[in-house]
Amino acid sequence: MSSLKVLVPIKRVIDYTVKIRVLPGGKGVDTNVKHAMNPFDEIAIEAAVQLKEAKKASEVIAVSVGGAKSVETLRTALAMGADKAVHVETDADVQPLEVAKLLRAVADKEQPQVVILGKQAIDDDSAQTGQMLAGLLGWSQATFASKIEVEGDSLKVTREIDGGLETVRAKVPAVLTTDLRLNTPRFATLPNIMKAKKKPLAKLTPKDLGVDITPRLEILEVAEPPKRSGGRKVESVDDLIDKLKNEAKVI
Amino acid sequence: MKETVSRFAREVVAPKVKQMDEQEKFDDGVIKALFDSGLMGIEVSPDYGGSGSSFMSSIVAVEELARVDPCVSLAIDIQNTLSNTILTKYGTEEQRQKYLTRMATETFCSFCLSESTSGSDAFAMKTLAVPSSTSGAPEHWTLTGEKMWISQAELADIFLVFAQTDPSKGYKGITCFIVEKGWGVQVGKKEKKLGMRASPTSTVTFDGLVVPNANVVGKVGEGYKIAIGLLNEGRIGIAAQMLGLAQGAFDVSMKYMLERKQFGKAIADFQGMQFQYAQLSTELEAARLLTYNAGRMRDQGLDFRMHASMAKLYTSQVAEKVASAAIEWMGGVGFTRDVPVEKFYRDCKVGKIYEGTSNIQLQGIAKMIADKYK
Repeated sequence: MSSLKVLVPIKRVIDYTVKIRVLPGGKGVDTNVKHAMNPFDEIAIEAAVQLKEAKKASEVIAVSVGGAKSVETLRTALAMGADKAVHVETDADVQPLEVAKLLRAVADKEQPQVVILGKQAIDDDSAQTGQMLAGLLGWSQATFASKIEVEGDSLKVTREIDGGLETVRAKVPAVLTTDLRLNTPRFATLPNIMKAKKKPLAKLTPKDLGVDITPRLEILEVAEPPKRSGGRKVESVDDLIDKLKNEAKVI
Repeated sequence: MKETVSRFAREVVAPKVKQMDEQEKFDDGVIKALFDSGLMGIEVSPDYGGSGSSFMSSIVAVEELARVDPCVSLAIDIQNTLSNTILTKYGTEEQRQKYLTRMATETFCSFCLSESTSGSDAFAMKTLAVPSSTSGAPEHWTLTGEKMWISQAELADIFLVFAQTDPSKGYKGITCFIVEKGWGVQVGKKEKKLGMRASPTSTVTFDGLVVPNANVVGKVGEGYKIAIGLLNEGRIGIAAQMLGLAQGAFDVSMKYMLERKQFGKAIADFQGMQFQYAQLSTELEAARLLTYNAGRMRDQGLDFRMHASMAKLYTSQVAEKVASAAIEWMGGVGFTRDVPVEKFYRDCKVGKIYEGTSNIQLQGIAKMIADKYK
């Protein structure tokens, strides 16, 4: 099995180095800041490109659901080695289930054998889209991947779980989500950035794909974490237990 | 592209800056990454392994790198705005295939113009190139002389050397040759410098070194024209480097001022400090616009010589002001090598000296201004 077609959904998110500010009103954060490709999605693109370089994949397609600026993120994916890009353009706030539905529709069009997503986006930390997509497609899934190997008509995936590592065999077609230690994404080199400008980028809308993106969830409140208050010194173990029990109320 | 270079600077270069400065040596990993990323062949055509990007891309790359390390930025600047441009503009197809590809992908090139007795008076150079025969095209040339203040000579495999082929013709005898290190280039000891310490600077000596005629760039006697043409773009490059340097120093010290508290408030909140950083950020912005405008004029095919000169003159001055202030803004710790500002201060000084000293810029600007009124 040598010609795997790999679809890699990516998301444009606020850059991880930015200091997040909650907007007055408490319904959202200031998005007028630097954005970048979701770090776990970069890892997904890298994984797909590495499969292509190892001749296990024949084509890598990057797809992104978002506004006009998502094109920049797709260009970065192309510069990293994706062959073509698909932009599902919408300015609406889409949620994981709706994104999974859109991606299913794109998968129906592009017919990949493998979909690799980042395990979660660093803005909403939902960690749902990959799993939901696998469910909608009825495909096998292997999430939080820290190692991917192609073996015949399956993917042998090592997953990072609470207890340690778990290795599963997922029959193709499969949905994978990437964890941090899977790889170190490459820098797009300047020649590749220039070449990326010539690679195909198709535009679609949720309407074209026949998907209703009405949100099912409503954000009630967004707040900063409570400010850290000062610590205190205790004189003895008994004192510590007393404070943990009666003041902090954690035991 | 700016984002890629910025990230490259932060992730690949930043961790090694201090070490490279203290050891007076570029890190091998950084050098390899520079070539692999395409930053050493930004404008070079993909036919020769380059990125096929624009002049302004080079300028942006030089500026972004200088924010983190003006020394690494210098390496990019020399390779892109001087060395690569010579072969792209004036090289033959064979020369480009043979040398430009290597310069874009794997080897440093040294630009050899200055000598111990000819700096500003560049074309009074004494390095001689004697032809193997004076009738018809010579088979080869013999180079004798010594170049000084040559950046990266220790690292380069390829040298672009300007030599005098006929002293009786004055500047019209100067010719540019492509020389390979293995032909007998003697690289002198590294100079001990105040700043840009990671970039090795030394003398380069030719003692009867033989260069094939095929390695003449352009025509015999065209060296002056080539060099002068380059210097204009080179000035915008240095301006970009100084801009990045100033911005880097400014960024580090601003962050500090917002955090450091004295007398109950952040020092950035004291009016005296506010007036200082407001003034300098204004001058920095003016320097930036001057530089970008010179680049724009060049791209539009306008006569940009005066603006390039003004950009280099002014940004090197602003860079020194900002780097100097940045140390004071950071107080005692600014004076230590534990923070980057003292390096920016040491590095900025050469900005007023190389690629045309400030006095040379002033002289040139004065002439061009006066010409406008004649």
